[in-house]
Amino acid sequence: MQKSLHIIAERCTGCLQCEMACSFEADGVFNPSRSRIKVFPLHEEGRFVPYTCTQCADAWCVKACPVDAIVINLETGAKVVLENVCVGCKVCTIACPFGTINYSQATGKVIKCDLCGGDPECVKACPTEAILYVDADWTGYDKMRSWAKKTDAGARAEA
Amino acid sequence: MAWTEKILRVNLTKGTCESEPLNMVWAAEYLGQRGLATKYLVDEIDPKVDPLSPDNKMIFATGPLTGTCASTSARYSVITKGALTGAIACSNSGGYFGAELKMAGWDMIIFEGKSEKPVYLSIVNDKAELRSAEHLWGRSVWEVEPAIKAESGDPQTRVCSIGAAGENGVLYACIVNDLHRAAGRSGVGTVMGSKNLKAVAVRGTVGVTVKDPKAFMAATMAGKKVLADNAVTGEGLPAFGTQILMNIINETGALPSKNFHDVQFEGAGKIGAEAMAEVRASDGKANLVTKAACFGCTIACGRISQIDKDHFTVVNKPEYWGASGGLEYEAAWALGAATQVDDLECLTYVNFLCNEQGYDPISFGSTVAAAMEMFEDGTITTEDTGGIKLKFGSAEALTQIAELTGKNEGFGAEIGLGSKRLCEKYGRPELSMSVKGQEFPAYDPRGIQGMGLGYATANRGACHLRSYTVASEILGIPEKTDPLETEGKAGLVKAFQDATAAVDSSGLCLFTTFAWSLDDIAPQIDAACEGDWTPERLAETGERIWNMERQFNLAAGFTGKDDTLPQRLLKEAAKTGPAEGKVCGLDVMLPEYYSLRGWSVDGVPSSQTLERLGV
Repeated sequence: MQKSLHIIAERCTGCLQCEMACSFEADGVFNPSRSRIKVFPLHEEGRFVPYTCTQCADAWCVKACPVDAIVINLETGAKVVLENVCVGCKVCTIACPFGTINYSQATGKVIKCDLCGGDPECVKACPTEAILYVDADWTGYDKMRSWAKKTDAGARAEA
Repeated sequence: MAWTEKILRVNLTKGTCESEPLNMVWAAEYLGQRGLATKYLVDEIDPKVDPLSPDNKMIFATGPLTGTCASTSARYSVITKGALTGAIACSNSGGYFGAELKMAGWDMIIFEGKSEKPVYLSIVNDKAELRSAEHLWGRSVWEVEPAIKAESGDPQTRVCSIGAAGENGVLYACIVNDLHRAAGRSGVGTVMGSKNLKAVAVRGTVGVTVKDPKAFMAATMAGKKVLADNAVTGEGLPAFGTQILMNIINETGALPSKNFHDVQFEGAGKIGAEAMAEVRASDGKANLVTKAACFGCTIACGRISQIDKDHFTVVNKPEYWGASGGLEYEAAWALGAATQVDDLECLTYVNFLCNEQGYDPISFGSTVAAAMEMFEDGTITTEDTGGIKLKFGSAEALTQIAELTGKNEGFGAEIGLGSKRLCEKYGRPELSMSVKGQEFPAYDPRGIQGMGLGYATANRGACHLRSYTVASEILGIPEKTDPLETEGKAGLVKAFQDATAAVDSSGLCLFTTFAWSLDDIAPQIDAACEGDWTPERLAETGERIWNMERQFNLAAGFTGKDDTLPQRLLKEAAKTGPAEGKVCGLDVMLPEYYSLRGWSVDGVPSSQTLERLGV
């Protein structure tokens, strides 16, 4: 079973623990500027929105890479950058429609979410369960269940 | 490792920015942030210096845990000689600015001198330079922050700045970062303004490392679990914010109202946490939009609020219609209960103004309350106030005076003096509810006795954040003591003061101590920092810091006689509630406190005490 990162922005408080966990797992340093997941504050609306790679099945970055440096981890479904192959040409950063693969001046390579090999650190670090790691076929399961409950309550009220 | 071991020294007179190594001998004795920066300050300035002269210095300091994944690792402090008090000042702030400064590779910035023209400091990792701020002078915090971000070309730049209050010498001006987080008290923003320093912008991409990553992850994870499992930090604060206290403290009979004339406020229910969450009849929305965390914080006590567009304060002012920093308990008390204004939307608007123009809502609200008392008894009239009918309970008057104070215009310029100078000016010094020139926060020491001793002895003037004995006396943390008893309070206050000084020097937020003792904090510091950091060493570090601050104040001209409270709290008994008939028993607690501290009967640390602590 493959799993997907599933983000519930409403729960995010903007603490950036996910960004610290991500950079620490990848680089051994607390450094949000190196995080593969980013939280965007929408100040006027009072919202915080985490955003990261959704691991497209048919991924633009993989197709665009001229040196086949981005490979698919068949177990997790993650598109993983091979640092020793990547030449830092940045073509993938142009191809990606979502901006979730980025060049790093520090290493001369691109960096993106690799799902931490199937145990994402951001999920474990989030104090409010705003980032979940769920069955890729059923990312809508919890939402469906809550709507089922509401719909049923409505139906019962009518009856 | 935890400390970056680098200080940025900025000489505003010469226009220079220089890097120098952190004194690691001092770091081992004073830890960081409050303690370490105070050590630098007392070593470098004359205690008798005029706070607003170029010879005063101002230090922005992070702690060793700032910018790490420890919960609440956002904190930085501004240390200087306070404009409001003339005492040692240390104002602590959260948000994201402090962590960014650390990420850029700096433990602290020492500002000295005074710039000839308005400038701001720009930091991108190890590159620091002063830039002209002439085009930013006169503009609010809410205008300056986006303007500097745009200039930097990097939206992830973090900014702290002063508004009109700091520029114009309001004596309790704040330094505001991330739009609504503030180093709020004692007039640190006034000092910044006096140096013609408008803002500090920082972008850090270096990151922070720790001594033993594996032990650090284990210790911080254990700490986070303690916070999550605790009723206050895991449930109360995230759900209701600090405003959860409004009704609790009112029921305790310790919610000062009408300039401390009363200890309970009838309108408390209209301005507390429950009221913020209630859906408004007018527009179908609640005042509270969401909760918000500072950097690294797993508690998230912060409130984000939105004002009803049709409320009289913001009609035709769309710039105040968006969501921004909402009311915290202290602000809601000072702006509301102290002045008897029970209009939640009005208080939220005035709180927005405090953030926008950078002034402390506690000192402002308390000063307005003193002015209201003088207005009602005829000491001041509409001639003095420029026509404003400054009556208790008047939301219109509070709004008018807040708008003027932000700009330092009209009677607002007098409110900007703080209550001590204002009441002296009108011949009524006894009406200033302050210690060492700084206004009280939101707990009446007749109803919570330990807070009276805490206020009287706090090194930065009246303050709840130096020994928050409310935790013990009301909430039962770490154990319940009777709020109406004076016995045992001297020891309690000393223990809280010392532990707090250590926490304030670590980079962590004091609010963790609702759940954490030094036993929870020490392993986190120990895993991050060189040297063995035990709970005992932290407590001793805190005691060392406390005595160092005390020594500075004594050298600045304060004496034991300044460790007192206004006569109202010592002579006029509480009229209602559980504390009815009680005054604050400071006279009983203070001698015992001096003795426990190893100070003389006049409040001077003995040579043995100073020697023992190495001050």
